[in-house]
Amino acid sequence: MTTSLLPTDTPSVVAPKPKSAGGGLGRYLLVRFLLIFPTIFILVTLVFVLMRTIGDPITAAQGGRLTADQLQERIHEAGYDRPVLVQYFEYLGQVFTGNFGNTISDNRPVTEVLLTYGGATLELAFYALIIAFIVGIPLGMLAAAHRDKLPDAVLRILAILWYATPVFFAGMLMKLVFSVYLQWLPVAGRATTRTELSMQTLPNKTGIYLVDAIQLGSPAAIGDVLAHAVLPGITLGLLTAGVFLRLVRTNVIGTLGTDYVDAARSRGVSEFRLVRKHAYRPALIPIITVIGLQIALLLGGAVLTETTFEWKGLGFQLAGYLAARDFVAVQGIVALLAVIVAVTNFIVDVIAALIDPRVRY
Amino acid sequence: MTTETTETAGSAPATPPARPSLLSRLPVLKQLRQSVGLQRGMLVTGLSLTAIFILVAAFAPLIAPYGFAQLRDASGPFGAQQPPSAAHIMGTTVGGYDVFSRVIWGAQTAILVIVIAVVFSIIAGILLGVVSGYLGGWLDRVLVVIGDAIYAFPSLLLAIVLSIVISGGQSSLWGGIFAAALSITVVFIPQYYRVIRAETIRIKAEPFVESAKMLGASTPRIMFRHVLRNATRTLPIIFTLNASEALLTLAGLGFLGFGIEPTAAAEWGYDLNKALSDVTSGIWWTALYPGLAIVLAVLGITLVGESMNDLADPRLRGRKRVKAVAGAPSATSVDTTLPSDVEIREENA
Repeated sequence: MTTSLLPTDTPSVVAPKPKSAGGGLGRYLLVRFLLIFPTIFILVTLVFVLMRTIGDPITAAQGGRLTADQLQERIHEAGYDRPVLVQYFEYLGQVFTGNFGNTISDNRPVTEVLLTYGGATLELAFYALIIAFIVGIPLGMLAAAHRDKLPDAVLRILAILWYATPVFFAGMLMKLVFSVYLQWLPVAGRATTRTELSMQTLPNKTGIYLVDAIQLGSPAAIGDVLAHAVLPGITLGLLTAGVFLRLVRTNVIGTLGTDYVDAARSRGVSEFRLVRKHAYRPALIPIITVIGLQIALLLGGAVLTETTFEWKGLGFQLAGYLAARDFVAVQGIVALLAVIVAVTNFIVDVIAALIDPRVRY
Repeated sequence: MTTETTETAGSAPATPPARPSLLSRLPVLKQLRQSVGLQRGMLVTGLSLTAIFILVAAFAPLIAPYGFAQLRDASGPFGAQQPPSAAHIMGTTVGGYDVFSRVIWGAQTAILVIVIAVVFSIIAGILLGVVSGYLGGWLDRVLVVIGDAIYAFPSLLLAIVLSIVISGGQSSLWGGIFAAALSITVVFIPQYYRVIRAETIRIKAEPFVESAKMLGASTPRIMFRHVLRNATRTLPIIFTLNASEALLTLAGLGFLGFGIEPTAAAEWGYDLNKALSDVTSGIWWTALYPGLAIVLAVLGITLVGESMNDLADPRLRGRKRVKAVAGAPSATSVDTTLPSDVEIREENA
């Protein structure tokens, strides 16, 4: 949903000044690493301030269900009647130590919610990324190689169509066709109840069903888990694939116009090889950076995809807590996702810096 | 990009160099004439879809057979989940509303939200961008870090948080529309901010800014007359691209149950949310039509934005076999081919 067709440039890192030789990479990594903290700090603060402007979370969740006195008591117990600044610093301290608070509706630590359901989201994101790579990158190269010809035109229109289709609508259409009419695939969920029950008995279950099913060693369970993953994976994957396709296309077209490609062409290198090897490799660097940014898109899309397919991951939980007006849980999950996004972006920048010395300045 | 130079320097109104007529400089018309082949097809399709979208929104009361919250007419209640028939050409929803009417009315809600969201974010983004880019210093640095933090975050989640804050999650017509629009606004401000800031920094170094300084123009005057005017040439493109994103975010919010109450206005995302369980039992009409409405509206706006974007970039513009003439474009901050790409090439040059 949050696909940006806009300049998908890298976050403009406050770059260290070019300096004398030596220590370039080390210094870049250090500066980049330190930048994680303000990012997390800003997002956590933003979320805290925003969520607290609507009053205390207890009234929001329980208002109307409890009497005014009970409400007051609960608010006092939870410490929401103290000055906001005190609460803020306490919250910051908690976040710093990895404590994101307890949910109000079912009174569980947010971190526990994350551990229970994070695996499912991770699994879905993983399938989606695989689909996006398989579909997006070759098609992007194809479009670039046949620039302005028929394949390019068709693919571009397809990519725009993918972008224009909300993930949840795409998911619903696929459900309608493949699950309801053709009955090839399950309608929703991550596995049948039987598989889920048998996986509960595993000594060290990961929450990532594919891994659990493999641990179980039963082909039926593996097949069941995979069958459930097909539609959500494809739905979320195609959303990302559209972005990849456009990216690969633009960047390969860019590198195809460079002198060294002309030189290679004049040496008689085949067009296929030109695209596949000469133009594609250098085009990868910006692609990697942008793929890192897609984690935000993927997480946003995951919330919608999980809701569509009742895929019980973080996004599904988040939507549930939203409906229950449990804003502590929402705040916790959102803050946690902020941390994940910041860390992923850091990792991606490091990879980009390792591959391409120019990034380090 | 520096067409204003002659005027901004405040020189005597000597006959300005012949400019192309106003008509040919209008953003969309200019691109329409530039385009060829597929690009023209895309642009024309996009413009038509967008025009239909706007017309439907404008004339919703005339087109829609029923109100968006109407449950019964003279002959009794509509009934829930009725398949398409002569009375309800797209059937009725699980709540007993007429699907066709809600699809039509939904266009109105969508346009209102898009316009409010984009206008607000453009104003805020431009102000912040020009001030931060021109003045620089610590303010600039702080704003950049904040902007990047917001930019990197899943915009839907941010919009959810904001819509909780603004409306408590559910609301009336205008409350809901403003909640949705403002949630989207905050998400988009960093995008405008980045673009305008980058342009401002580039333009700051141009000679005409310096000469304005020499002539004693005040800082605000330079910022808003000289820099801003020249920094906005890429805005129509971002505007269209963002409009489609605003629509998708609105639908996403609605789908997660943060839409506008069905009695206050029709909203496509909300209708899709209600249609989710219908799909499982094979009821397709409640999901298909609102969904198609979203797809077509977004498609129209995106096609316009995409083709305008391509036409603005000589490397992407459909060529009539004049490769040599195209040359290297001047670096703008808006360059969907990834800025790094241009930079790299310039470094290599």
